[in-house]
Amino acid sequence: MQLLITILLDGLTYASYLFIVSVGLTIVFGVLKILNVAHGAFYAWGAYASAYAITYASDMEYADWIGFVCIFLAAAAVGLVLGMIIERVILRHMYAQDEVLIALATFGIFLILEDVILLVFGVNPYFAYQPMALLGRIPVGGISRDVYSFTLMALACIVAFSCWWGLTRTKWGKLISVVIYDREISQAMGINVSMVYLIVFVIGAGLGALGGAYVAPTLSVAPGFGIDVIVLSFAVVVIGGMGSIPGALIGALMVGILRAVAVHKMPELELFVVFAVMAGVLIIRPEGLFAPAKARTI
Amino acid sequence: MTASPALKVTDLCKSFSGITAANNINVEAADGDIIGIIGANGAGKTVFVNMITGYLKPTSGKIEFHGQDITGIEPRDATHVGVCRSFQVSQVFMTMTVRENLLIALAIAKDEGKAMLSSPRSPDLVAEADRMMQAYKIHDHADAVASTLSQGVRKLLDIAMAVVANPKVLLLDEPTSGVSVEEKFAIMDIVIAALKEKGVTVLFVEHDMEIVERYVDRVLAFYQGEVICDAPPAEALQDPKVIEYVIGHDHAPNPTPPADAASAAANGTESNA
Amino acid sequence: MLQILRSDKTVRWTLFGFFVLAIAGNFMPTWVQNNLMFGMARGLAVLGLMVLWRTGLISFGHALYFGIGAYAVALADKHFGVSDIFVRLILAMGAAGFVGLCLGFILRKYRSIFFAMLSLAFSMVLYGVLVKVEALGSTDGFSVSATSILGWTPESKYTLFCAIIVACATSACMVQYYLKTGLGALTTAIRDNELRVEYLGYSVAKAIHFKYIISAALAGASGAMMAMALGQVDPDSMVNWTVSGELVFITVMAGPGSVIAPFIGGVVFEFLRTYAFELAPHAWQLIVGGTLLAIIFFLPMGLWSLLERIWVRKGSSS
Repeated sequence: MQLLITILLDGLTYASYLFIVSVGLTIVFGVLKILNVAHGAFYAWGAYASAYAITYASDMEYADWIGFVCIFLAAAAVGLVLGMIIERVILRHMYAQDEVLIALATFGIFLILEDVILLVFGVNPYFAYQPMALLGRIPVGGISRDVYSFTLMALACIVAFSCWWGLTRTKWGKLISVVIYDREISQAMGINVSMVYLIVFVIGAGLGALGGAYVAPTLSVAPGFGIDVIVLSFAVVVIGGMGSIPGALIGALMVGILRAVAVHKMPELELFVVFAVMAGVLIIRPEGLFAPAKARTI
Repeated sequence: MTASPALKVTDLCKSFSGITAANNINVEAADGDIIGIIGANGAGKTVFVNMITGYLKPTSGKIEFHGQDITGIEPRDATHVGVCRSFQVSQVFMTMTVRENLLIALAIAKDEGKAMLSSPRSPDLVAEADRMMQAYKIHDHADAVASTLSQGVRKLLDIAMAVVANPKVLLLDEPTSGVSVEEKFAIMDIVIAALKEKGVTVLFVEHDMEIVERYVDRVLAFYQGEVICDAPPAEALQDPKVIEYVIGHDHAPNPTPPADAASAAANGTESNA
Repeated sequence: MLQILRSDKTVRWTLFGFFVLAIAGNFMPTWVQNNLMFGMARGLAVLGLMVLWRTGLISFGHALYFGIGAYAVALADKHFGVSDIFVRLILAMGAAGFVGLCLGFILRKYRSIFFAMLSLAFSMVLYGVLVKVEALGSTDGFSVSATSILGWTPESKYTLFCAIIVACATSACMVQYYLKTGLGALTTAIRDNELRVEYLGYSVAKAIHFKYIISAALAGASGAMMAMALGQVDPDSMVNWTVSGELVFITVMAGPGSVIAPFIGGVVFEFLRTYAFELAPHAWQLIVGGTLLAIIFFLPMGLWSLLERIWVRKGSSS
């Protein structure tokens, strides 16, 4: 029973963080049709920025809750600055290219951003434990657990709700759906497609950074932080269906829980299981579990 | 072989999630027949061509080629038995020259693909490609890259590539669409002359009634997925139903009645005709 | 077959170039020799990727075959003491080719981003296994003992250097022959218009499957060569997704123009990395990534197109 609860909670925590990161990736793919490898770098940047800010705040002996402010500020700053620069300077000129070639270009951006992190933040790891320590631990079913991980789940719920609400209940959301459906017609109708792209990319980048920023207090933030995340969020997005937000949610839950089960039951299979499911879904339903139906092209 | 018709279509039906695109189509064509297929956009002409050449699988019904059941086979197997097609939007290899296009086609057609293991630039293949280009009057463009060709030349190349495999039955989907008025008759003269010589059964989809009148032995008129008329052109073009649903009362050469949106979508390629 | 090869200019230049390189290798300092060796070995995998790329397919998972090749050498060495270069190569190419044959049945139906993602998933499955399973060396991997040739174990690495060059030259010529046949010409045809290829009577799936097996076997040979040259295999430098990324990077950097391009690309990449690392140990990825972007933006047909341009200009001016 205790093991079951542990697996469930571990799985949900893991799924929450995967969801926050992957939803950014899937939104960008859905709208801009870009498979953004650099998303892993946004995640790492978010983590570094937040860890740096939290450590700084703590050194200045500000109140511990300031750490939470740091997390969100860091994510927003990374999303805005990096997102804007990369979309405007590089990706803007690539939309006509082949999807896979754009993905490769984002791999180049990923490599660059990975090293700029080291140049800016140095090579030593950061430990920004303060926000997690502040919230303490509570017993759940006889097991002591970090409260912080529950706030992570809450954050994932908020992100999921905001995305759903933003896309279905606001004018902006409708604009985005129109652009997804047909870029050229939207342009002809007078929609500022280039602005929509920019905003969506910044939001996507910000969500990637938020994932990293919120996870930073639970881990040691060290070089190579974004390398594993990017393939894991690929797996999540592919399982759910590239471009689908509910898909990202289901994908994240599947990957999170499966991985938690593997970690506790068969540690050797931890990574294997994630990518086996990814391959399996691609084989059985290439468009993913939740992909919208496509019109025939021939 | 002589007893069974070149192409026999029995009770052919196709529906896309409830929408009927072809309904009980029955057609027979003998060797050397030249048949025109007419009908408004979304009437089911391209669906018919797509089913016969294996691009779409019929919901029910039967397609026979010289008595051999070819219902629902793959496009490449249709080619192998001798049923080939051209396309409404020319399907050629855009980054290659006209000659290279034909060389590839010839290499695939020859010796059941064994020619693929050696260079397609062998002297006899090149000579054959040149003969094809002469026959279809595109030899002036032999070394032009396909993407730079005019619509008319590209259409001819598209048809030539369909003929490379020596088909017994050839379906041409709007061989003159997107082609300038001056080029239309020239193209059809070239194509029909080349094909008649070989005794190929030709079915072609056409919107231009002048072309239909001039070249075909028989007309199939489509309306809402059904064949509403199957008769020689003189008779068919006078048929009240054909005038009502296909040609239009004002005898416009290119009738465009309100297209049935659903079946046009199902048709895919029809929509931009 | 021989006739095509004998009359082919590329083949003559390839053989000549590799011959000169083999002789020159003897007089080079060890680090240059090593870099050339790694670059050439990697070039083999890139050659395979180039064949795929010509049909419009980019695989983000060829580290799978690279890794299979490398681990085939390492495992055969560890368990059976296999050190002969021919046996090692045959094992590696056989294993990689066989896995390529099996997975090809699935992958041949996929295109563009889905092809890239599914190949990535397959390669990460292998990575997931290798990293976690003790018997397969876990994160540390294995060391590989020195390579022998028909019972003779050479002392310097120069012999291996020559062996790699011979393998590269052979592969380049064979691929050149392949590209000259109808099957090779079909490569571009498939990229241009699959529908037409099907209607001409050829199975696109079969053609792609065949190319996929070729590229898998070449990547296997590449991994095996790399394992022998390094004397070491481990999952992170052999099977992780970044390895696939590097291979695709070199493919795009080299360009699809010629069978020699992958080897030039491989060598340039190796030197670029070494110099970048010397110049700025914490910023070498930055230099590599910047190069990648610059190539995609300004040299879409790769380094080979640059060489061709220089060649043509020289030819016209003299």
